[in-house]
Amino acid sequence: MLVPVNWLKDYVDIDMDVKTLADTLTMSGTKVELILDASQEISNVVVGKVIEMKPHPNADRLLIAMVDVGDRVLQIITGAQNVKAGHYVPIALDGAVLPGGMEIKTSKMRGEESQGMMCSALELAMDLNSLSEDKKEGIYILDGEHAPGTDITKVLNLEEKVIEFEITTNRPDCLSIIGIAREAGAVLKVPYRKPVIEIRKTKGNINDYVKGITIEEPELCYRYVARVIDNIKIEPSPQWMQKRLIQAGMRPINNIVDITNYVMLETGQPLHAFDLDKVGGREIIVRRAKDREEMVTLDGKKRILGAEDLVIADEQVPVGIAGAMGGEFSEITRGTRTVLLESASFNGYNVRMTCKRLGLWSEASFRFVRGVYPGLAETAANRAVMLMEQLGAGEVVEGVIDIYPEPVKTKHVEVSSDRINRLIGIDITAEEMKDMLERLEMAVKADNGMLSITVPAFRQDIEVDYDIAEEIARLYGYNNVPKTIMEGSWVQGKKTLKEKLEDQIKDVLCGLGLYEIQTYSFESPGVFDKLRLPEEHHLRRTVEIKNPLGEEYSIMRTTLLSSMLNVLSINYNRGIKGAGLYEIAPRFIPREIPLKQLPDEKLTISLGIYGDEDFYSLKGRVEVLLDELKIRDYSFRRAQHPSYHPGRTAEVVIGEEVAGIIGEAHPDVAKAYQIDTRVYMGEIDFSLLMEASQSEIKYSPLPKYPAITRDIAVLVDKETEVGRIAEAIEETGGELVEKLELFDVYTGKQIPDGKKSVAYSITLRSKERTLVDEDANRIVKDILDSLMDLFGAKLR
Amino acid sequence: MSPTKGAVEMQENLKAILQNALQEVSKSTDMNQLEVCRVKYLGKKGELTVFLRSMGDLPPEDRPLMGKLVNEAKDRIEGLLSQQKEVILRAQREERLKEEEIDITIPGKRLLRGKKHPLTKTLDEIKRIFMGLGFSVVEGPEVEWAYYNFTALNIPENHPARDVQDTFYITDDIVLRTHTSPDEPRTMEKTKPPIRVIIPGRVYRSDDVDATHSPVFHQVEGLVVDEGITLGDLKGTFDLFVKQLFGEHIETKFRPSHFPFTEPSAEIDATCFVCGGKGCRVCKDTGWIELSGAGMTHPKVLERCGIDPQRYSGFAFGMGLDRLTNMKYGIDDMRLLFENDIRFLRQF
Repeated sequence: MLVPVNWLKDYVDIDMDVKTLADTLTMSGTKVELILDASQEISNVVVGKVIEMKPHPNADRLLIAMVDVGDRVLQIITGAQNVKAGHYVPIALDGAVLPGGMEIKTSKMRGEESQGMMCSALELAMDLNSLSEDKKEGIYILDGEHAPGTDITKVLNLEEKVIEFEITTNRPDCLSIIGIAREAGAVLKVPYRKPVIEIRKTKGNINDYVKGITIEEPELCYRYVARVIDNIKIEPSPQWMQKRLIQAGMRPINNIVDITNYVMLETGQPLHAFDLDKVGGREIIVRRAKDREEMVTLDGKKRILGAEDLVIADEQVPVGIAGAMGGEFSEITRGTRTVLLESASFNGYNVRMTCKRLGLWSEASFRFVRGVYPGLAETAANRAVMLMEQLGAGEVVEGVIDIYPEPVKTKHVEVSSDRINRLIGIDITAEEMKDMLERLEMAVKADNGMLSITVPAFRQDIEVDYDIAEEIARLYGYNNVPKTIMEGSWVQGKKTLKEKLEDQIKDVLCGLGLYEIQTYSFESPGVFDKLRLPEEHHLRRTVEIKNPLGEEYSIMRTTLLSSMLNVLSINYNRGIKGAGLYEIAPRFIPREIPLKQLPDEKLTISLGIYGDEDFYSLKGRVEVLLDELKIRDYSFRRAQHPSYHPGRTAEVVIGEEVAGIIGEAHPDVAKAYQIDTRVYMGEIDFSLLMEASQSEIKYSPLPKYPAITRDIAVLVDKETEVGRIAEAIEETGGELVEKLELFDVYTGKQIPDGKKSVAYSITLRSKERTLVDEDANRIVKDILDSLMDLFGAKLR
Repeated sequence: MSPTKGAVEMQENLKAILQNALQEVSKSTDMNQLEVCRVKYLGKKGELTVFLRSMGDLPPEDRPLMGKLVNEAKDRIEGLLSQQKEVILRAQREERLKEEEIDITIPGKRLLRGKKHPLTKTLDEIKRIFMGLGFSVVEGPEVEWAYYNFTALNIPENHPARDVQDTFYITDDIVLRTHTSPDEPRTMEKTKPPIRVIIPGRVYRSDDVDATHSPVFHQVEGLVVDEGITLGDLKGTFDLFVKQLFGEHIETKFRPSHFPFTEPSAEIDATCFVCGGKGCRVCKDTGWIELSGAGMTHPKVLERCGIDPQRYSGFAFGMGLDRLTNMKYGIDDMRLLFENDIRFLRQF
């Protein structure tokens, strides 16, 4: 909200620079966003002291003034009669620029040189409205004494600053000049005043002009106040009013409309002026619109309304949409003779919904949405008709129609000063609190530390003791509240097992060269096609967003693979040779569709690598991870998954449960993500890792007896999986097999077709004794025998 | 008794042999030469060996002395041989070491290590600080009941925050949480005071993607409920946190604000990290940066969770992790956080 500072000064005495004012208000909760400078450009105008006035030798109506401007005395010719020797006046020096761009030059007038110009209030574009009558005419005579040569803008405070406030939603009472003045008064401890309302003359009676006003929906319209002004003269509003409207961000239109806007900005009460002659039956009915009822609004647009919209109607048709915009038909025009002034309170939520649907936003609707206190309606209407009378825009008709079914009640709060002190952490007396609250127009009785507070009705935000505490705290100054360290029970900060494990997994995966990524949790349903998931695949059952930003962000992901592939693709297509990534994030699995309960958020680890990598480098990382988590009973099992390469995919099995899947991306999937190289990826369930991981570490003693290592190489069928061979070796060797290392798998020269050579290094060790060659020979023979039996393996 | 003439002659011969031997040994520069010397003088047919054998020609009375002299000569030659061997070996080693000199400016063999995402790094730091202050970490669901996201937080049915423009809806009753605050009532329902928790998490708002907005972002919420908790405690705690995260020179400023679930409410500003408070583009020349919304937990929120507001009070604060991270590292575009270009991720 834009507040011209000079307007604000009409209602509160501010004796500080704008920056200090802004900072003070910000620190008490009325936040200043910006200070704008709307000052007119004035340069080289200084204070001059008139030394002598003498007649012009060649002209009867001109005078010659000798003026001290500090460093010299100038001769200035003037026609003004109100200047006397000893006066201090504004002098535009040679080269001065006045508002509007007029430039002052030394010139000759009737043969005498004039080395500058004395200025009037008008020439300095001063706010005439704030000046006494004698200052408005002739040369502006400064009050008091000033050093000649001083910059006039400093002396006359000609600056026009406008403060932009950001008012919090709980304080609609601050959405006006008067509201801000009241707040500033309370904070700065200076008096503030309301405009004095004075209507000099009235004619006739409103009941002769208006047949009736009915509120059909008291839930949506809390109060409707109407006044009538007759014999309207439409003309532009005066300069000072236009200037203030412009500074506050509104466009001047004509005197009637400008006055309604001016009073709205001043009081916070939106007003609307109808051409009464265009109101059918001279009757106002506040009702819901009929289904598909139409009207053309002020902006010339046809609006189609419904029962959810509140309208101001005449006996037949709507003449305005409540709180949003008036109708074009009853608009104030050059031909308007009689005006019906509406000052009403509407339900903010209803106004908001209507405005949202119609895309209509205005200063008025903004205020209704925030909440206009119904008590304002009559004051604002009277203030408006007063201005209309003052500006000669029309004649005020006697009487007010005021429909106010349920007047807002004042509220009472009881709270002890002790409780407030304890909530804030300060120590002030009940009397001090009483003083603060009274500055906020609360009526307070302080009795033995108990505060009994009557809250003014315009403060709709205050209900309970905490609200009073906030008022005290902000007037006391949040920054004056001492910073303290919490007392009370000591609690220990702990990490959950889940967090500890998550930290550990991240550490391990980073240690394995993978970077952590973070990606959006929603995605397009189209990803399932890219991932080659068949129509009925369970992952296609998703949590859907009703109002997504677009289809591409419309479902909560049930797999992390698509996000991972997207990131891999971004990196790949930016020419990065290789990348290894992981993400830990939930997958959202609906328990039923449509959702009746919250979905299962299954925390999942996704992995993705490309570059100088292969299946085994991914598998190796998973193995290290599982080892680091002290998960013992894991294995890899060949698996099929539509998103993966049919021959290069494995399930990660822990105990009997499948904890995840890893493998090479199916080439069609890689292609769908514009990745033209092999990609390895996987997903592992976090909670299964958590269940299987062991946090306890128990040391086992170092071996006492030496080991014997034997290498064997056997020929087996190419299809034989080495994992099966390893299992057989371990089975046969029993606990004497301490370590088994596959060091070669070879096909090619010297190997028959359809065969491969598999070479293992077997470390044998006993816990009880030193093994001798005979032991080793026997065990290796047993192993070879069993490999022969199981796989037809031959020693090479 | 003086030596015989023959003995004197032999002594002269021995001296000559020794002299030659010592000279040749000390001139040897490699192991081969040294071996040749050894064989020449001490070998089976070596000069000293031959000389020793010739001692039989001496009169018996001369033999002991001569024997002693020969042994002495032998010891000296052997001593010098081993000494020279050391010299040669040392020289060879020096030479080898010299040859082994490498170009140490060639880049090191780097072992690959990945990095945590910058958001995680910042969050880890925040968690560390708050854990030191006795806070535990709790987490809640991202797909949340509208009840916890709004109603339990004193955000009424018609409040604009519930608008579809701001909130993603799954059903009328289920939303993507718009803040981490729903975990405040969730925590208070489950745990009785004293409560000290921080709640990090991912939140969603219906904002289009640009440099400063993202429909997905992260918050860290803090909640304390105990007997006698004051606004001053909120100030003290948050100030301590900010100083630990950004440095002792950072000041905090609390100004009144409004949130439905806190009262009194505050907006917390901190000294601009970029300019140190002098005023710059980032802080719009104010010297301050908005860091957090905070306040004393609203009595209605406490009450709804079964906590007696007459006995207990609490404070809460919430801040944007992404914004904090961006400020901490000088990241000027929020999209970078979610794009995950590895050249970006490598920098943290």
